[in-house]
Amino acid sequence: MRTARYILGRILKAFLIVLAVAIMNFFLIRIAPGDPATVIAGQSGDADAIYLQQLRSDFGLDEPMPVQLGIYLKKLAVLDFGMSYRERRPVSQIIWERLPPTLEITASAFVLALFAGVLLGTVAAVNRGGVWDRAATAFSLVFYATPLFWVGLLLVLVFSVELDWLPAFGRTTIAGPDSGLPTLLDRLKHLVLPVLTLTLFYLALYARMTRASMVETLDMDFIKTARAKGIGRARILFVHALRNAVLPILTLAGVQVGQLLSGTIIVETIFGWPGLGLLAFNAVLQRDYNTLLAVFFVTSILVVLANLVVDGLYVLIDPRTAART
Amino acid sequence: MKPHSRSVGPLIAGALTALAAFSFATTGFAEPKHGGTLKMAINPEPPTLMVAVNPQTPVQIVGSKIYEGLLDYSFDLKPEPSLAKSWTVSADGLTYDFKLQDGVKWSDGAPFSAEDVVFSFTKFLPETNVGVRNYMANVESVTAVSPTEVAFKLKSPKPAFLYSFSAEQAPIIPEHVYKDEKDFRNSPKNANPVGTGPFMLDEWKHGEYIKLKRNPNYWQKGKPYLDALYFVVIPDSASRAAALENGEIDATSFNDIEVFDIPRLRKVPTLKVSTKGYEYLSPMMWIEVNNRQKPLSDPRFRKAMMYAIDREFIKDNIWNGLGEVAVGPLAHSTLYFDKSMKPYAYDPKKSTELLDEMGLKPDANGVRARIEMMPLPYGEVWTRMAEYVKQALAKVGIAVELKGADVAGWRKKFADWDYQTTFTYGYQYADPAVRVGRTYTSDNIKKGVPFSNESGYSNPEIDKLFSEGAQEADPAKRQEIYSKIQHILYDDLPVLWIMEMKFVTITNVRVHDLVTGGTGVVSSFANAYVD
Repeated sequence: MRTARYILGRILKAFLIVLAVAIMNFFLIRIAPGDPATVIAGQSGDADAIYLQQLRSDFGLDEPMPVQLGIYLKKLAVLDFGMSYRERRPVSQIIWERLPPTLEITASAFVLALFAGVLLGTVAAVNRGGVWDRAATAFSLVFYATPLFWVGLLLVLVFSVELDWLPAFGRTTIAGPDSGLPTLLDRLKHLVLPVLTLTLFYLALYARMTRASMVETLDMDFIKTARAKGIGRARILFVHALRNAVLPILTLAGVQVGQLLSGTIIVETIFGWPGLGLLAFNAVLQRDYNTLLAVFFVTSILVVLANLVVDGLYVLIDPRTAART
Repeated sequence: MKPHSRSVGPLIAGALTALAAFSFATTGFAEPKHGGTLKMAINPEPPTLMVAVNPQTPVQIVGSKIYEGLLDYSFDLKPEPSLAKSWTVSADGLTYDFKLQDGVKWSDGAPFSAEDVVFSFTKFLPETNVGVRNYMANVESVTAVSPTEVAFKLKSPKPAFLYSFSAEQAPIIPEHVYKDEKDFRNSPKNANPVGTGPFMLDEWKHGEYIKLKRNPNYWQKGKPYLDALYFVVIPDSASRAAALENGEIDATSFNDIEVFDIPRLRKVPTLKVSTKGYEYLSPMMWIEVNNRQKPLSDPRFRKAMMYAIDREFIKDNIWNGLGEVAVGPLAHSTLYFDKSMKPYAYDPKKSTELLDEMGLKPDANGVRARIEMMPLPYGEVWTRMAEYVKQALAKVGIAVELKGADVAGWRKKFADWDYQTTFTYGYQYADPAVRVGRTYTSDNIKKGVPFSNESGYSNPEIDKLFSEGAQEADPAKRQEIYSKIQHILYDDLPVLWIMEMKFVTITNVRVHDLVTGGTGVVSSFANAYVD
């Protein structure tokens, strides 16, 4: 009962957060100077007042702001994101096209970074002060301190231009294989560099966090007790210590989902990856309000969902969490 | 009209230049081959392929393979046949008569006729395209004389009229597809383009690529040579360069590649670098100066700025030699450029003399005046330009504060006159009567409208001369008028012309005849082939 109430409360909170984010974003993007009509007219090589007026009325930007907000929220309630000003087709259609590629790289990078990071951190904690610890720390620090775009470009230079092992951009080879195993392999080849770029950055965070948390946990009395009881080293490490050490890492992972999604803006731009990040980047430049709001909305839902999952995992790993709330 | 018409011989001239262009483009190469695909970078991804609705450059690049104009233009800016095979202009300069190609069909199989041309110029384009709307105001009627002949009757002579018929400016639209449409701009039919060009849309994977395939109904027998054309979306300039180098794409155009990467790519043996094919656009770069604000309103101050900027340095060091120092409002390649004129010299001493004359003495920090500059937010090279200007002007005592904005913000502030100085560039479209004047004439001072006279410069004599130049039929008299315009603007210096820019087309060596005329990559690619 208590657990059910806890989860229900979380879902209600999540809903309110998404609504607040939607309204805030609506105003936030309108504060930036310039509107979609100026941008589109500015790219057309020629413009006059009639053209600007046509564009603004096409986009409903000639209505007063509260009316625009009302229309937006009313449509949002039925998940209608309106039309993209730039592409002049439904935003929902665009989002559906762009969501899978983004999930592909973020989910892969998330899982990889989490596992590799935890592993690396654990290795470092166990060998505290040793060569492995120093190597792992140095590795994490280097990639944590290096900007994403630089790592991405460097990987392209090494693996695409110099070694010619992996493609420099895109999700598939254009005019490449179109079915079966060759397609799958082609897809995987394209995934490597963008996923690696994202992974290297976030892995560093998890590794450092895991190390700190494990070092602390390994010094605790219950670990000493377990050792005294003669429990195997591996069991102590992965069942007793890690289970306790993993909670702060989970919290971090939940928070990181949002940052991971913002990381896709850079990675997708470098690798021409047709996902939400690239869409958001172009939508900002174009002031394509509807598209941008939809991207924000979808990502805020993804972040909230991820955090709901984390909350759920907390309860699973440590049932005291629900009791405390 | 026939008995009074006078052929201006464009047919012969067109044929000769076409021949010249063809021989230039094919020199040293074997017979064109059929088959194969070509992959070209495109950035940003075009929002539509309906070039009549959204004439931004990426749309023009892709759309010009699907839609055609009545004319195309050679490297030396002579009109050439496209959908029109020949044309005549009446002696009074008021009637333009176009004979259309025979046997032309739309990509959906429907026959093309003069009625489509009439529909395009009287219904579709005036509603959707600002340029056409402007010049059609001077057209009394467009008539289909026969299914293969169309006549434009003008209200007053406009010799530059012949430069308004490229695929990018005035694509011909199928009447049978759009005749019942109420709202051309938002028509769902724009998503399935039907044109007369050599290619048609096959597949559009949004965010990844646009695939065009051969149009089986194309009117030029045996063409195009390519089976398919891919326009590949690669948003990052460094990634485009990498994709060119490792052969993942075959071509880039315009400013796809940052200028500082070009010297490196020139050394790659599998690549060819060319600046040909941008003659029709002839992009002119200048520093726009808000003439409404002090001290910028004083021509002496603007001249002091000009003398303090070393444009040879800019050309060689920031643009790696890609360009030519600008003389005045017209580019060297634009018609009626006055060859007797010389660019302003780099002369910081003269600059300080002018500032002294204005009474702007250096303060304790050596600063005589403070101005603001908005860098053009189009990439790294423009940031370098703004930084150079800041340094150069500091040397003569003008302190420049750089105020950045993104594209939308820059566009808005610029159009709303909320700036002091900024970089910008504009296309010239061959004849000065087409677009050059809009930057300087007072009837184009329109707040909030991009591509207007944002500097606020106003000179009744210039207004009168641009208006006369646009209507004068005699080329010798036009030269006189445009020379006068160039001299007056040179002296008034409403804006600071910096450089005639050179865009770059980079292709893999396996690609041939991609660029065959002055419209460059914004043309049909009917002649392009790959090894």
